[in-house]
Amino acid sequence: MAASFSCLYDRGGNTHAMEKVMSNKGIIALYVLPSLLLILAVIYVPIVLTGYYGLMEWDAVSPMQYIGLDNYSRLIEDGAFWASVRHSLVFAVMSTLSLALYLAVAMILSGNIRGANLLRKVYLIPMLLSSVAIAQLWLKIYHPTTGILNGFLEWIGIENTPAWLSDPKVVLWAVFIPILWQYAGFYIIIYYAALKNIPGTLVEAARIDGATSVQIALRIKLPLIFEVIKVTIVLAVVGSLKYFDLIYVMTGGGPNGASEVMASFMYNAAFDRKEFGYGSAVGFFLLVICLIATWGIRRLTATKDTIEYS
Amino acid sequence: MKKKALTASTMLLSLSLVLAACGGSNNNNGNNGASPAASPSAPAAESSEAPASEASGEPITLNMMHLWPEGSSLQQFKLVNQIIEEYKSVAPNVTIKTEVLENEQYKDKISVLSSSNELPDVGLTWAAGFLEPYVKGNRFAPLDDLLQGELKDKFVPGTPEAYSSGGKVYGLPLELNIVPIYYNKEIFANNNLQPPQTLDDLKNIIKTLSDKGITPITLGGKDAWTVSFWYMYLAERFGGTELLDQSVANNTFNDPALLEAAKASQELVDMNAFIKGFNGLSNDEAKAEFASEQAAMYAMGTWEVPNYTTNPDVPQEFKDKVGFFKFPTVTGGKGGVNDWVGGPGVGLYVSESSPHKEEAKKFVSFFVQKWGEHSVVDAGVIPATKVDTSKINLPPLFIELLNELNNANNLTLFLDVQMKPVAADEHKKLAQALYGKSISPEDFLKKHEEALKAGK
Repeated sequence: MAASFSCLYDRGGNTHAMEKVMSNKGIIALYVLPSLLLILAVIYVPIVLTGYYGLMEWDAVSPMQYIGLDNYSRLIEDGAFWASVRHSLVFAVMSTLSLALYLAVAMILSGNIRGANLLRKVYLIPMLLSSVAIAQLWLKIYHPTTGILNGFLEWIGIENTPAWLSDPKVVLWAVFIPILWQYAGFYIIIYYAALKNIPGTLVEAARIDGATSVQIALRIKLPLIFEVIKVTIVLAVVGSLKYFDLIYVMTGGGPNGASEVMASFMYNAAFDRKEFGYGSAVGFFLLVICLIATWGIRRLTATKDTIEYS
Repeated sequence: MKKKALTASTMLLSLSLVLAACGGSNNNNGNNGASPAASPSAPAAESSEAPASEASGEPITLNMMHLWPEGSSLQQFKLVNQIIEEYKSVAPNVTIKTEVLENEQYKDKISVLSSSNELPDVGLTWAAGFLEPYVKGNRFAPLDDLLQGELKDKFVPGTPEAYSSGGKVYGLPLELNIVPIYYNKEIFANNNLQPPQTLDDLKNIIKTLSDKGITPITLGGKDAWTVSFWYMYLAERFGGTELLDQSVANNTFNDPALLEAAKASQELVDMNAFIKGFNGLSNDEAKAEFASEQAAMYAMGTWEVPNYTTNPDVPQEFKDKVGFFKFPTVTGGKGGVNDWVGGPGVGLYVSESSPHKEEAKKFVSFFVQKWGEHSVVDAGVIPATKVDTSKINLPPLFIELLNELNNANNLTLFLDVQMKPVAADEHKKLAQALYGKSISPEDFLKKHEEALKAGK
């Protein structure tokens, strides 16, 4: 081992010595170990533990009691839980659909229009704010009597303005909008970078062949960045399924569960109702759903051959 | 990519579990560390009462966790520090270390610490339902010896009992809260209104104000316990002082008076009694409506009284406009006007696994006595220990309320405090739904009964 280490300090700096070190299995294990341990400790072990706690009845204070799969059978019958699943799925679909809008904005921005640089930064600003700050901002906007949204609606002559965060019928949509707003810049930047990566010669060649801007966008640019789009769909869906912070601050899942999503349901079960076993079961279920969603999206968007710039 | 998504998706749940996982190993350490330290200090403390500080001159540190941050509860924060300072002259060898958290964070933290058996030696707890799992898990030490001894007859009768389980008391109440309805005298005077005696009077007031475009009552329904106040009072006024206590104790929720109260609740909602969009407003937002004189009435615990009397940050001009009235009675109802909804707020516990349990008990005993002497004057907190109003100098609103407390006929303990955690959460959601009119009064009762019968 000591001999192998000394190779590292070999001033020769040739790749040959490096290869020799890296072919030593012991060294490889040594290098992998720290991050492996870290990942095991903070991610995989807790996942296993969540599964384990999911089999228990536990209020976080009294001793745990093994109850087998009771938490899961209760989960299947829990109407409030399925309502939260439905809300999360609606949100996942909305986030995915909104990607089309972000893509359109990115296309326009990448088209060298005037002020694109400034606009790109403007779109990114919400990303820089913390979720709690955004939540506070939108709480003010949605305030039923003094909020600017209802103020505007009243100004244009609408009576009976909605009570955005109080009406069970609108509250879910009212909390989705700030979240979409929050992440818009993120996706726009990803698409923008991908579009900028397309060699200008391809676009130019298409233009010489007489393609319109729309054709260039749909037939040339879209297929070329399809790999990136796939990634963003997974990010949007999984991100929506596990989304928590803004909803927690703005409504806490209320009123009466009207804006509850899976993650807030899990939090409320564990921390408000003091059912850590049940909360863990929800958490485990959430993990399974996210894995299935990821797998499903990869399957659906799988392409036989990837198109490359050449 | 897949790996990244997986990583991200588990971040949230791993957070709580990491804490729990750490707890497992600390559990043993805590116990091992506690037992050898506890045995030498305990006999020393018991054998000699007065010279305890000299006998056990060995310096010890007691950890205390409380929920009055400097920013939001300055007066309580100062008072705690003052009492700790005073305790130095009684027990110079004891250092009290405090950790301060905001209310909701405190609740989360105490449950996490408890799960790993790392509770601070002294801290705050709530009564009844909150305390139950901690007693079952053997986390809190019984304090009956203090109540039989130096604290005998110091408390308002019935208040320590709210912290009892299985016949033993595990908490010493610091606060006693009742819920009056505060009203803006100026708005009432401008509209020729008098504080109501009956529910019909209240309805007339609501109608008058609502017709003039003034918000009659402000309410922060996002914090569902504030909605629960209104339902509890109506239920009490229709069905009498024992009704809610008995319903929870017997796991039933089908008394006709409960249904009447639910119907009356929705009647008030239909009259636009409550501020627009109340289920989306937090209590703080609702409170701001009352403070900015946009709403005429506001039902809230007596912890708000300092804001209307002693708090120097609130303009005197506004303070002079605030009055209170008792929840009106209903015709044919069993509840009287001197029945209150309320309950002891927080109380002090001593950790069962504390290495310095006897020292901690002495400190809490000292603390509640000093708190009783100072809290109402210095912090505007009504203590659970008896207050002689003739000896203190306070704004009239305060004195009136303290006197009301002495006349109080009975106290209905907050429902969400009485109920077990799952049922309490369900109750709050149902109250939100009832006042948001997304559930019928009949279903409201049915679901309560289901939640109570589930026994969680």
